Amino acid sequence: MGKFIIRRFLSLIPTMFVIITFSFFLIRFAPGGPFSGEKNLPEQVIQNMMKKYHMDEPLFTQYIRYFGDVLRWDFGPSFKYKESSVNELIEQCFPVSIMLGSAALVLSVVFGILVGIISALKQNRWQDYLSMSLAVVGISVPLFVIGPVLQLIFAMKLHWLPLTWTSRNTSVTFALLPVITLAFPYFAYIARLSRASILEVLRADYVRTARAKGLSENVVIAKHVLKGALLPVVSYLGPAFAGIITGSLVVESTFAIPGIGRIFVQSALNRDYTLIMAEVIIFSLILVLVNFLVDILYGFLDPRIAYK
Amino acid sequence: MTEEVILRVKGLQTYFHTDEGIVKAVDGVSFDLRRGETLGIVGESGSGKSVTNLSIINMIPSPPGRIAGGEVEFMGTDLLKIPVKDLRAIRGNKISMIFQDPMTSLNPYLRISTQMVETIVLHQDLDKKAAKDKAIDMLKLAGIPAPEKRIDQYPHQFSGGMRQRVMIAMALSCNPEILIADEPTSALDVTIQAQILDIIRGLTAQTGTSVILITHSLGVVAGMCDTICVMYAGRIVERGPTGELFEAPKHPYTQGLIKSVPRLDKASGERLFSIRGQPPNVIDLPDCCPFYPRCDKAMDLCKRKYPASKDLGNGHAVSCWLYTEAK
Ligand SMILES: Nc1ncnc2c1ncn2[C@@H]1O[C@H](COP(=O)(O)OP(=O)(O)O)[C@@H](O)[C@H]1O
Ligand SMILES: [Mg+2]
Repeated sequence: MGKFIIRRFLSLIPTMFVIITFSFFLIRFAPGGPFSGEKNLPEQVIQNMMKKYHMDEPLFTQYIRYFGDVLRWDFGPSFKYKESSVNELIEQCFPVSIMLGSAALVLSVVFGILVGIISALKQNRWQDYLSMSLAVVGISVPLFVIGPVLQLIFAMKLHWLPLTWTSRNTSVTFALLPVITLAFPYFAYIARLSRASILEVLRADYVRTARAKGLSENVVIAKHVLKGALLPVVSYLGPAFAGIITGSLVVESTFAIPGIGRIFVQSALNRDYTLIMAEVIIFSLILVLVNFLVDILYGFLDPRIAYK
Repeated sequence: MTEEVILRVKGLQTYFHTDEGIVKAVDGVSFDLRRGETLGIVGESGSGKSVTNLSIINMIPSPPGRIAGGEVEFMGTDLLKIPVKDLRAIRGNKISMIFQDPMTSLNPYLRISTQMVETIVLHQDLDKKAAKDKAIDMLKLAGIPAPEKRIDQYPHQFSGGMRQRVMIAMALSCNPEILIADEPTSALDVTIQAQILDIIRGLTAQTGTSVILITHSLGVVAGMCDTICVMYAGRIVERGPTGELFEAPKHPYTQGLIKSVPRLDKASGERLFSIRGQPPNVIDLPDCCPFYPRCDKAMDLCKRKYPASKDLGNGHAVSCWLYTEAK
């Protein structure tokens, strides 16, 4: 097992290498550049700027230089936000996004599994119908609709919760609406996934064996059903986290949250090369690490996975 | 085998309410099981053998299943009437089961030790440590080499035959009065089948445990059972002591089954006998002998009414109009 973890971890290195290389060249080859918007700059000024950002060097030299910087966790200066470095921007915005995303993931997993269990055990009764109707809404209605609808009901009509982020209002109640919005689709999917999977395991031969041994229904569910039934949920955690991170871009703009989502879109439009690269690298790193953790967790849960 | 009846099943009816209609999977099954007896239940697949035995410990999936009538009297109490809490104290303790497919009957996510210990701790006054020792002893009795090491492994680390030994060890770990083995060898290689049957026979004979052995093969029951019940379409059509049933089978279906067992003493060129036709669909079955469409001796009466059981003495009984007088 220890060997497996180390080997699996080492395999992250080439993955990250490919991601960094690929995005570096992809962004450079996209039409336009960081200075193409500023039409009236004199030629000399542009030349100076190119020199400052080392863009006058051959592309491959730039790549090597950039790679070295990244290894030292230095993402360079931003092209647009001239007063701060990319590292500073990331440090300001990223924690907010990470909190939002993690809270949404935890919320969707906990409630998704809980609702999945209830619907499976109350199959074809009102609890099941209610949960699954809610789940259909969650899966089919996009985030940019859910967010405003929640704002309309809970902020504008009922005045229970704040509408958007303000620098004065940093209480937890503010976070409620965006986190719920972000978690909703994943909650819905996890609820359906765990319900279907529990229903399937309930019919398994080994569950019949457990009942024939005289175990009470609670023990049968908790000890014999859930472990196998929740494996699909565990393998869904990776994609769910990826989705939540993407979704947070939408939710942050709906709720005016000063997270990475806002500068992400801006940086792409501005061709702010260094900032885009830093965002891509950090998002990829998080996803790759989450998938790594999920693999390890899966291995712990399913003894049939062979670590060769 | 003693004369004491430990389990008496009387007029058991188990129905499934499906979209196509009511499936009368078990329709009026009665039999007695005596202490120390090994009773074979033989019949084609779909004849209701498994449903009969799941009904005994009241484990029919409901819905769609429902026990519509009958009694299951175990040591004086009707198992179909007692609360589920009392029933659980009997399941796995006084009456335990082994199932057909050892590959899927053990929980793949739990160690063998966990699965065995939970049963023992549940029904016996032992702590975990003592329960594990008991489990190791049982595995040893069931013929598992190095049980103290193997017990901490997971099911996928065992072969099919070994898993069935684990199932046997687990089922017998609480010294049950009755072991119900539902086709314990059907999913295994022929070479292993005999070993598994030997273990069941050996271990239950030592403790005087009664056995209900379900199988679709007469060959399996012949060498092992004291008594045989032949099931067809949810009913027991003939019941009798093994020797008598093989020598003088009365029901045309039993006769057909016996004729279709391959035999070494027959000329090799001879074609194997097989009963013509297909087993009936038990959905909305009318009140007739379900075997008549496949029976060479069918009479008009057979299509109109199911015959009552006729006692031929010596524990031999048959439900067939050839032997029962119409009233
Ligand atoms: N859960 C169920 N739902 C509907 N029908 C069932 C169910 N379980 C068993 N049956 C029906 O009951 C009949 C007897 O099945 P079973 O006892 O398993 O046969 P076998 O003799 O092969 O063990 C079959 O016709 C089967 O289709
Ligand atoms: Mg069966």
